[in-house]
Amino acid sequence: MKVKVLSRNPDDYVRETKLDIQRVPRNYDPTLHPFEVSREYTRALNATKLDRVFAKPFLASLDGHRDGVNCMAKHTTSLSTLLSGSCDGEVRVWNLSKRECGRTLQAHEGFVRGMVVRFCGTSFFTVGDDKTIKQWKMETPGYGEEEEPLNTILGKTVFTGLDHHRKDAVFATCGQQVDIWDEQRSSPIRSFTWGVDSFSSVSFNPVETELLASCASDRSIVLYDMRESAPLKKVIMTMRSNTLCWNPMEAYYFTSSNEDYNLYTYDMRYLDRPITVHMDHVSAVLDVDYSPTGKEFVSASFDKTVRIFPKDGGHSREVYHTKRMQHVICVKWSADNKYILSGSDEMNIRLWKANASEKLGVLAPRERESRNYSQKLKEKFQHHPQIRRITHHRHLPKNVYHQSKELRIMKEARRRKERNVRKHSKPGTVPVVSEKAKHVVTVVK
Amino acid sequence: MVKVSEKKKSVKKSSEEEEEEVRYGEEEEEDGELRGEGDEEEGDEEEEEDERKRQKLLDAIGSLGGRRKRRKRSQAERSEAAALMSEFTVNAEGGGDKVQLSDLIGTADRVPAKTRKQLENLQRVRKSIQSPLSRRESDRIQRDVAFQKAASEVSRWKEVIRQNQRAEQLVFPLHQDPPGPGPGPVERLVSGWRARTPLEEEVFALLSANKQPIHDPVLTPREEASVRAMSLEEAKVRRAELQKARALQSYYEARARRERKIKSKKYHRVQNKAKRKEFLKKFEEMVEADPAGALEELHRMEVARMKERMSLKHQNSGKWAKSKAIMAKYDEGARRAMQQQLEVNKELTQKVVTSLNEEEEEEEEEVLPGFVNDAERGVDSSNPWMRGKLSEERKEAEEEEEEVMETVDLTVEEEEEEEEEEVKETEEEVLLREFDSRRKLRQAEEAETAPVISVEEEEEEEERAASDREEEEEEEEERAASDREEEEEEEEKAASDREEEELSEFTTLFRGISDAEKVATDSAAPLQEGLIRIRTLEDVDLLSQEAPDDEAPPLPPPPPLPQPSAAVNPPPPATEKTGKPKKRKRGIELKQVLTKDTKAIKVPLAPTVEDGEEDGEEDGEEDEEQRGLIREAFAGDDVVSDFLKDKRKQEDSGKPAVVDLTLPGWGEWGGTGLKPSRGKRRRFRVKAAPPPPRKDQHLPSVIISEKRNSAISGHQVNSLPFPFANPAQFESAVRTPLGRTWNTERTVKKVVKPRVVTRMGAIIEPMQREELMKDRKRAGGKTTLDSLTKKH
Repeated sequence: MKVKVLSRNPDDYVRETKLDIQRVPRNYDPTLHPFEVSREYTRALNATKLDRVFAKPFLASLDGHRDGVNCMAKHTTSLSTLLSGSCDGEVRVWNLSKRECGRTLQAHEGFVRGMVVRFCGTSFFTVGDDKTIKQWKMETPGYGEEEEPLNTILGKTVFTGLDHHRKDAVFATCGQQVDIWDEQRSSPIRSFTWGVDSFSSVSFNPVETELLASCASDRSIVLYDMRESAPLKKVIMTMRSNTLCWNPMEAYYFTSSNEDYNLYTYDMRYLDRPITVHMDHVSAVLDVDYSPTGKEFVSASFDKTVRIFPKDGGHSREVYHTKRMQHVICVKWSADNKYILSGSDEMNIRLWKANASEKLGVLAPRERESRNYSQKLKEKFQHHPQIRRITHHRHLPKNVYHQSKELRIMKEARRRKERNVRKHSKPGTVPVVSEKAKHVVTVVK
Repeated sequence: MVKVSEKKKSVKKSSEEEEEEVRYGEEEEEDGELRGEGDEEEGDEEEEEDERKRQKLLDAIGSLGGRRKRRKRSQAERSEAAALMSEFTVNAEGGGDKVQLSDLIGTADRVPAKTRKQLENLQRVRKSIQSPLSRRESDRIQRDVAFQKAASEVSRWKEVIRQNQRAEQLVFPLHQDPPGPGPGPVERLVSGWRARTPLEEEVFALLSANKQPIHDPVLTPREEASVRAMSLEEAKVRRAELQKARALQSYYEARARRERKIKSKKYHRVQNKAKRKEFLKKFEEMVEADPAGALEELHRMEVARMKERMSLKHQNSGKWAKSKAIMAKYDEGARRAMQQQLEVNKELTQKVVTSLNEEEEEEEEEVLPGFVNDAERGVDSSNPWMRGKLSEERKEAEEEEEEVMETVDLTVEEEEEEEEEEVKETEEEVLLREFDSRRKLRQAEEAETAPVISVEEEEEEEERAASDREEEEEEEEERAASDREEEEEEEEKAASDREEEELSEFTTLFRGISDAEKVATDSAAPLQEGLIRIRTLEDVDLLSQEAPDDEAPPLPPPPPLPQPSAAVNPPPPATEKTGKPKKRKRGIELKQVLTKDTKAIKVPLAPTVEDGEEDGEEDGEEDEEQRGLIREAFAGDDVVSDFLKDKRKQEDSGKPAVVDLTLPGWGEWGGTGLKPSRGKRRRFRVKAAPPPPRKDQHLPSVIISEKRNSAISGHQVNSLPFPFANPAQFESAVRTPLGRTWNTERTVKKVVKPRVVTRMGAIIEPMQREELMKDRKRAGGKTTLDSLTKKH
């Protein structure tokens, strides 16, 4: 007997392994799936809401320091190691995965001003208020051994900052002048001075490794080339820059944190005006660090908040604060682009997620795909008012909130006044000065 | 002399510095001029005379002047060697005579002409060197130069940075090591690797036994040795040959494998035939070339043929063949398989025709193959006895058989049937005769079996008010069973007889059944069931239409009754010929099936048949019914007019009202009962401009509200966002869906790709110089590509 039946190719509906998802034949005829925009909008809205619901960025607080944390250093080869120096001269080495302190050493008398891990990750350098540069082993000394520096250099003046070259055995310090040191020598191989000012920080360019920049107390940022005998150029701004950080992926961009509540991103070739002015802080910005992807940076401020800025955005995309966190003095972005570490006045180091609502740990492929999809949806509908409202909503501490409001009012008033002055004066006599140009006083060659 | 030597030095220096140096020289020259040249250097006689004269003159002057000058002069004379000599003590004596460059050079004979020319040129240009810059300024310049250098150095990254900014996706860390062991074969890296599992050991034992290369070097030891024995050139050639040979071998292997895998029997048959032909050809050649060998070959073939004839291998007598024989009635494949077996047998037992054999044999064979082929060509015939004329009838029978088997097939193709008709018309007489005789025979034989079954079926049907599809199937099975029984009985008869019988039986049987089916246009379902259902549904209209058809089915459905159906079916329309009543009737019925009447029959079937069986026509019926129902339910409502009213109201509300500003009593008499004049009213009526045309102006069945909806406006973008140039762009961006509901999996993956991907737990190093190199390479490649494309 012959029976005619519908026959289908098993390839169309049988999965290859049982781990695959079931194959579902789909008809993509658009008439069968109407209202795509509104449906996707709903999805985007939901994703946005969930994003806010799951935004729990604070991971851990590392306590142990007995004074404010003044500086931190990332380990160059180990993600889970963090070094921190406090205002009482104590240096601690933390294990981030265990969230505990692995080692404590009294490095200096007075502040630990700067700290940096050598590129190989086997030792680190500290500078302190006691006019010394010390090199320490990364390993914990064995039982019975004394905690002693590998090397100590006694300087003439106080050192305020320190950075190490990325490939060579060369490091730079700043204080009264910027010094370039060979690790093997006890005197600097080169010193740069330009005027009689003290410097607050120095940092090597991670891409073009021979270049470095420093922030001076005469409100200037100075560029140097290690190979030259003289500095390259300096730009003087309206207020002092505290620290600066080079973009690790884009050789000629750096960002400086300024006393005037703003951060400025410069192209080192054109110092006469910053590329972007990043505003949002309501007090002096004390530290800045780039994400290793070079797409964003994090800033620490005296206003007790940590903010994350896109590298070319004028305003922050994220603000982190807790009730107990005081003035944030130093901040670092972890080398795997996942975490942010902030050290603050009240002796704690805090560990944050770089993406507030990100799930930690391994994502299943489908989970990752759905996350990617919702991310794209959010991006697609980001201009819609409801979605924007939700994504941009952040809770702020009361004083920060009011202060920002106040600042806004002041700014508006200034703008209005300027406008009025312009309106009532001869055309052309009161030129429009852009926000970027406002903050640069001059460029000195 | 000192000056001269200096000059020479300057000449020797590189051309770049020349100017400056020369200038310095000039200066010194000038100094020299200042100093004068009243020295004792020139010792000519004339000079001495002059000297004397001058001395005299000087003395005279000295006597005129005072002491001071004399003292000065004395000072000018250099008395002792001193490291420092004040430039202020230079003597102006003989200031008029300057030392010319030519004077200096004149003494030196060796100065080449070219240099002399250059020096003379230089002499003409008189420039003093500028004073050195202040330290501050020089520092500044130094800084500026250094900065320019650094800036240009840094600018090299521009392209890389731009690319990264534009990249759709960046995966960090940028330079990843491949996850596995690095490049090169695994064996090279894992030098300490050893075969551990028994399988591995076995494989390696095999390889080593055959001296095959185990590790990466592809040459076997023998090959290596031969390579070593040769020169480089030779080795290269040899290696190429080896490679080619190996490649060819692999091709052959692959081909053989592929061919072996081919399942098509036809292909193999053709192949075999070709081989055989080839062989025969060769054999023919052999006959001419090597008769002894050919004879031997022939003998071998003969033996093989004998063996084949003796064996039962291809005689369809094995277990498999028997099972196939049982199935052969119903299964085309089985029939074909059997046929093939026989063919093989024939082929193998065929005598080889050669020039060695006698001609008589050839003749015989010539006759034979023709006959055989005829029989064989009827592929459908399951038995070799079916030959000649019967084959065609057989075909027809089969078709009908298939129709019976099709339980679900709802669409009976007209063309097929028409073709059938034609075929039948050609053979009608023969067939009819056969049918008559055979029917009688069979009826006599099956008096016991088939009728019983049919009766049972009828009973069953009566019992069941609504008969299901399953039942139909069951019935069919029963019918099939009955068929089988018949077969068994018939098998006892002579083979040829049996076959013919069966065939005719089938043809008649199926004709009857198919007739019934076609009336119902339900392939498997017997017609009467349909009738019963119609009654139960009491669809009177349809019934009345289908009356003639209805009557045909009630006849017992089962196989043995083909004749009655023909007999009881007289009523249907015209064109019935006495000679071939069945034939005609069939045609008429078909027509009925294909016209609207079919619809009428199917409808009653619809409700009883389960969901899968609904037809478009039935749907149409249902729709009508539905419509009727709805009409009934909403009898009172005039929805359409309501809608129109609504629309008009909407339109009116959208129109601007006319404002009447007439003041009664103004400019004329007013009071009760007095109306403002028409002219005045017309004058003071203000008509607003008509609103823009409504969007639903030309859509009669739609109302489009043009009011702003505040609930929605909260969700709408009210200003064009930054990167978009115009609203259309933005709208299109929003309109494109991203999800997998609307896009294929691949598209979704592509669209949804995140811009930055980081690997978990990986340290992302800053950009490295290698990236720059990579970029340059890429750019280089691109430019070459561009140039290539330009060329083409």
